[in-house]
Amino acid sequence: MDLSKLTIAQARKDLDAKKYSALDLTNAYLENIKAKDKDIHAYLEVWEDSAREEAKEADKLIAAGKSLPLTGIPLAIKDNILIDGRLVSAASKMLENYRASYDATVIKKLREHKPVFLGRANMDEFAMGSSTENSAYGPSKNPRDLSRVPGGSSGGSAAAVSGDLALAALGSDTGGSIRQPAALTGVVGLKTTYGAVSRFGLIAMGSSLDQIGPLTKSVDDAQTLFDAIKGYDRMDSTSIPDADSPAKKPKVIGVPRSFLKEGVDPDVLEKFEATLEKLRKTGYEVRDIQLPNLSYGLAVYYIVMPAEVSTNLDRLDGIRYGLSVDAPTIGDVYSKSRAAGFGPETRRRIILGTFVLSSGYADAYYRKAKAVRELIKADLAKAFEQVDVVATPTTTSPAFKFGSKSDPLSMYLEDIFTVPVNLAGVPAISVPMGEVERDGKLLPIGFQAIAPHRGEGALFAIGKDIESE
Amino acid sequence: MSDTPKVNVKALADLARLEVSDAEIAKLEKEIPDILKFVEQIQAVSGELKTTSPDLRNVMRADDSPIESGTYTEKLIKAAPEQKDNRVIVKQVVSRKSK
Repeated sequence: MDLSKLTIAQARKDLDAKKYSALDLTNAYLENIKAKDKDIHAYLEVWEDSAREEAKEADKLIAAGKSLPLTGIPLAIKDNILIDGRLVSAASKMLENYRASYDATVIKKLREHKPVFLGRANMDEFAMGSSTENSAYGPSKNPRDLSRVPGGSSGGSAAAVSGDLALAALGSDTGGSIRQPAALTGVVGLKTTYGAVSRFGLIAMGSSLDQIGPLTKSVDDAQTLFDAIKGYDRMDSTSIPDADSPAKKPKVIGVPRSFLKEGVDPDVLEKFEATLEKLRKTGYEVRDIQLPNLSYGLAVYYIVMPAEVSTNLDRLDGIRYGLSVDAPTIGDVYSKSRAAGFGPETRRRIILGTFVLSSGYADAYYRKAKAVRELIKADLAKAFEQVDVVATPTTTSPAFKFGSKSDPLSMYLEDIFTVPVNLAGVPAISVPMGEVERDGKLLPIGFQAIAPHRGEGALFAIGKDIESE
Repeated sequence: MSDTPKVNVKALADLARLEVSDAEIAKLEKEIPDILKFVEQIQAVSGELKTTSPDLRNVMRADDSPIESGTYTEKLIKAAPEQKDNRVIVKQVVSRKSK
């Protein structure tokens, strides 16, 4: 079995045709993990025994002719998604020994298919970062070049899929945390419409931004996983009611060329233009559009997000969950537990968030950022009156080397093209658009397509056209 | 606002209930203003700014199908670092004399 070429769609056919069993498939991935994950470190924990049991359950369903699209499909789950009874740490020391008290809604929905959960995937602590270097348990490596980062924060999920250590994975995307690692490791990543996928059971980072989504080997697989996890959930107050999105085939692509001038590597831009040219040849119209406020996206994001982080992480106080450092007073228990449990980037963002929300500064920072966020949303809404999708490269560059972005701002710039999407709450997909050479190695890069609310259908359509090039 | 304000990291850390070492305070006192300088570009945005978003709204639901008391108590209490008899143990909050 050649795992490097395998997709969910192909595995489904093979499993249903009894070419191999779900147990064979799971064993193949477990062997790969054993052989390669010492170097890649995509996983924080592998559930070997339960994975085999789940595979046997899947085989029963397949034998009965009752398989569903994900029956027996081996998946990696980002370490911020709750599975009842399992450790879930958000790659933080704070939650090192925390066991989930319930299944996240996405897990509950996946279970209906009887998939195989291989293990929990590494990430930046509390999903804050673009490289997995903020994981309290050491970074994951990019399977395409072990001296480079896999991106982040869903870097473990991306490395697992790219390194054939899982057939697909779930990640979460607050400012690019699915799309950027997908681009840097050469896989497909989907950030779903805000509210389309329940976040009940996702450890919260920035609640007006967070979304769960798939990382897969093909656009078709992303669609399969999205269909399995989407849907209204009364347990998530931001969940949107179910509605069929129009399956209109996109025709017009808008490109904000003046926004792309900002620091994109020339060869990345070249690949992007070449991809657009191919799409034009298959019948798309490519138009220049103006999104004047998009360049403020990153600034708005680095106000809104830390504000929400400082609020969300307030609950981790050494009393209700996780790490607790004993101290004489309750105030000291809070401050010492939080100091011991949170890593440097998390602490930095908590302090930043506390500042932008503090009396005297909230108007100039937080409230102003909220207002500019509306302008970004309006820019995109206006663009979607004329075009069906907006396209950018997913990142400005391919995967960078470990330690090369040690100053926080240079790391934050990784997300320049992805954060406006989260600020606007719209869906976007990253699809591989070829490779560029760095130090004699070919490194993958991604094409980002953005659609209006509930426009995932348009993203799958254009994504498949990019793949078939 | 044109000048980046002086950031008192120690005071912010206290507000955030976070113990921060002197070395880290010194580092953050440089990094936080750098980040603020970057995000302050939004001050250049003028014109009419809406601050209310019709897309964001409170979602209410009927207070129906309540969960029977005690169903999840044990599970949830178990997540706490210290617990006893279905209670989470905390340090004394109110004391007669401080210090």
